[in-house]
Amino acid sequence: MENTARLELRGISKQFPGVLANDRVSLSVMPGEIHALLGENGAGKSTLVKMIYGISAPDSGQMFWNGEQVRFASPKAARKLGIGMVFQHFSLFEALTVLENIALGLDRKTSKRDLEIEILGVLKTYGLKLDPQRVVSTLSVGERQRIEIVRALLLDPKLLIMDEPTSVLTPQEVGQLFETLRKLAIQGCSILYISHKLHEIVDLCDTATILRGGKKVATCNPRKETSRSMAEMMIGANLKVIAKDATRKFGEIKFAVKNLSLAKVGDFGTALQDISFAVKAGEIFGIAGVAGNGQNELLKALSGETLAAQENAITVDGSRLGKFGPTARRQMGLCAVPEERNGHAAVAEFSLCDNAVLTARNRMNMLKNGLIENQKSTEFSKKIISAFDVKAQGPNAVAGSLSGGNLQKYIMGREILQNPTVLVVSQPTWGVDAGAAAAIHQALVDLAASGSAIVIISQDLDELLTLCDTLAVINLGHLSKPLKVGAVSVEEIGLLMGGIHDVSEPLHAH
Amino acid sequence: MRIKLEKRAEPSRVMLFATPIVAVILTMIIGAVLFDALGYDGQRTVKEIFFTPVLASYKWLDVAARAAPLIIIALGLSLGNQAKVWNIGAEGQYIVGALCGAIVAYFTQSVTGSWVIIPMMLAGIVGGAAWAAIPAMLKTKFNVNEVLTSLMLVYVALQVLSYIVTGPLKDPHGQNFPQTAPFTDAQLLPRAIGNIIPPGLLVALILMLGFWLVVSRSVYGFEVRVVGAAPSAARYAGFNASSTVWSTMLISGGMAGLAGILEATSQLGQLNLGFPSGYGFTAIIVSFLGRLHPVGVFIAGIVLAITYVGGQVAQTVVHVPSASGGVFQALMLFLILAADILVRYKVRLVRGAA
Repeated sequence: MENTARLELRGISKQFPGVLANDRVSLSVMPGEIHALLGENGAGKSTLVKMIYGISAPDSGQMFWNGEQVRFASPKAARKLGIGMVFQHFSLFEALTVLENIALGLDRKTSKRDLEIEILGVLKTYGLKLDPQRVVSTLSVGERQRIEIVRALLLDPKLLIMDEPTSVLTPQEVGQLFETLRKLAIQGCSILYISHKLHEIVDLCDTATILRGGKKVATCNPRKETSRSMAEMMIGANLKVIAKDATRKFGEIKFAVKNLSLAKVGDFGTALQDISFAVKAGEIFGIAGVAGNGQNELLKALSGETLAAQENAITVDGSRLGKFGPTARRQMGLCAVPEERNGHAAVAEFSLCDNAVLTARNRMNMLKNGLIENQKSTEFSKKIISAFDVKAQGPNAVAGSLSGGNLQKYIMGREILQNPTVLVVSQPTWGVDAGAAAAIHQALVDLAASGSAIVIISQDLDELLTLCDTLAVINLGHLSKPLKVGAVSVEEIGLLMGGIHDVSEPLHAH
Repeated sequence: MRIKLEKRAEPSRVMLFATPIVAVILTMIIGAVLFDALGYDGQRTVKEIFFTPVLASYKWLDVAARAAPLIIIALGLSLGNQAKVWNIGAEGQYIVGALCGAIVAYFTQSVTGSWVIIPMMLAGIVGGAAWAAIPAMLKTKFNVNEVLTSLMLVYVALQVLSYIVTGPLKDPHGQNFPQTAPFTDAQLLPRAIGNIIPPGLLVALILMLGFWLVVSRSVYGFEVRVVGAAPSAARYAGFNASSTVWSTMLISGGMAGLAGILEATSQLGQLNLGFPSGYGFTAIIVSFLGRLHPVGVFIAGIVLAITYVGGQVAQTVVHVPSASGGVFQALMLFLILAADILVRYKVRLVRGAA
């Protein structure tokens, strides 16, 4: 039994219109092994696990479960064999309790009381903290993920698939998750761990299978590799290092936010509470935090999509813009890029040209007598495409036809080439491949070097620590005081992300 | 074997143009089968409805006259539809526009100069826009669905029409018929300029060019498209969705009102209870069949006008019921909306089990 793989894939291929998403991929996962599936966005990780979990069927190739050839016809069939999956995006009803949510996702019928006892049992076994009676909307993202994990564990899985589980967690929550996963592995459950965060994989996994462009490029032992060597296998090229001038100096304050407060919108929104910060010319200011702590609300308040109550809540170069909308703010030099590409930062159905008109029409003089000068928008569009190396069929390509990374480069290019005084960006490299992310990072650093003030809102702490000069943490709509990057530890930031403020004070108090 | 829909990377341009034509052809085929099943000569019905008005030159003026209001109304509706603002009440705005024009006519009966046409037209536009302002206000202030309110106001408009033509504006020499006094010569437009083109169609042609410019080139047209395609992106771009609701409602209402008074002064010469003809509803079909594009709308308006004229021919020749024309028009809307999926999706036959 010892030598039979829990799961083995042989030559799995899957074709989508225009792309070969998986090209003869083989891998095997032993009982109790934590196996990393590593690759950039679009490398075919999700396609592969969807086939293992029975959501789609491979075009060719074979799958073996405990040595027997199987076909996972549906997620239900996969669950029956003992495969559990925790998705990156949770499927939870905000207005229901933890217990109700779990009951809804169960294949079998159980009374609520029995289910609660079962859940409490699972929580105890794995040392997880979660109150089954809490309403989901009151829970943190880490707690929500625990619901999904419990949901999977109730099935007593033999293989647990985790899809990018740490992208929404604080460093402390990541630690807790890893403990749970290790416990599971010791008890014989195999884990297929999907990620592109290399240090996590070095930390957690026994084996790593690396995918690139749908093909398996390597299987390795992460403990014998470095993050860098795995990254290079993943992207198939040498990693670029961000060039930042060590002697850079900041100028005058360009962007100031003062006592910005906004009431929450809807039942599940976050109120902004008395947010203040200032960014100097040449400075990159980072805002860290776990998703859903007011980042979207803050971005909209800064871009002008939501107006502030006071004129002086937001100033650029001393001009009070609090009550101005997005068009006026852009004309005054304040540009912004929201997190969501499709339908917010860009219109998927529109051409790249039209998407340039969306935010650059005034700053790039595309208008004449209320008419759009197509020639100018085309020119600007071409300029973005060449300056940011956007892979597209030209300025008339539909935005939705670009890959996530290329569309993001286009959007960032559109704002950066307008040479804004202040640029506010949210999740600039969310779901973007490493090559594109490096290009975007370098462009932001260069823009700052040219004297713009930059604000980066991100959940990716590594990104913020690499780029930013100053950093603050947003938690429940409240922004911490600014911290100097380099002088602050990851642990301290993690505690702020979890809502514990002024960490240093209790140490001195007693 | 089963049928599978696959999303296209980009909407198909070929399908964008082909689907309206396919929808019209399918309408003919299904209509023929349907009327055969009902015991009529289906093939003959289709021939009379779709081909006789085209082949018989003496029907052309009639087609042109009916196309005019359809096109003018549909141009306005298409603008709103691009912003996903659904004005279903153009019929009501058409009636109120004509009524407002008729009220101006009532007070200017002694005027002999034909300039009087201009205030009548303006009154028509303002009346239609005002009627559309009600759903716009309800939508922006209280978030009431404009589909319901604009539609319900059609029936209010019908009651207002019936009150006015039987009450305040009733023709004193009209033997108690529910109608207004005939417009004076100064208040009338010719049925057809030089016996070739109805004045409404000329207006429609000019408006088509205007709308084309606005939709394809202006910032306003861009705004309307963004609001319809991605409301969040519109806000991010600095466009205000409420003002788009207002402007598209007022424009589409104004267009419907203009169509109403044009119809009244050029074709009927007065208002009566028989004035509402369903153009406001049919224009919704015209708008979608024309792919919300001004040029497409112009062509679609003519196609639908053909079914109006042909429907009457078929009534007398094949003895089908008067609702037949409407059946064909509804089939066409149904099929064009159904065929829409082909623009974004590919149909593939897949072997194997579901």
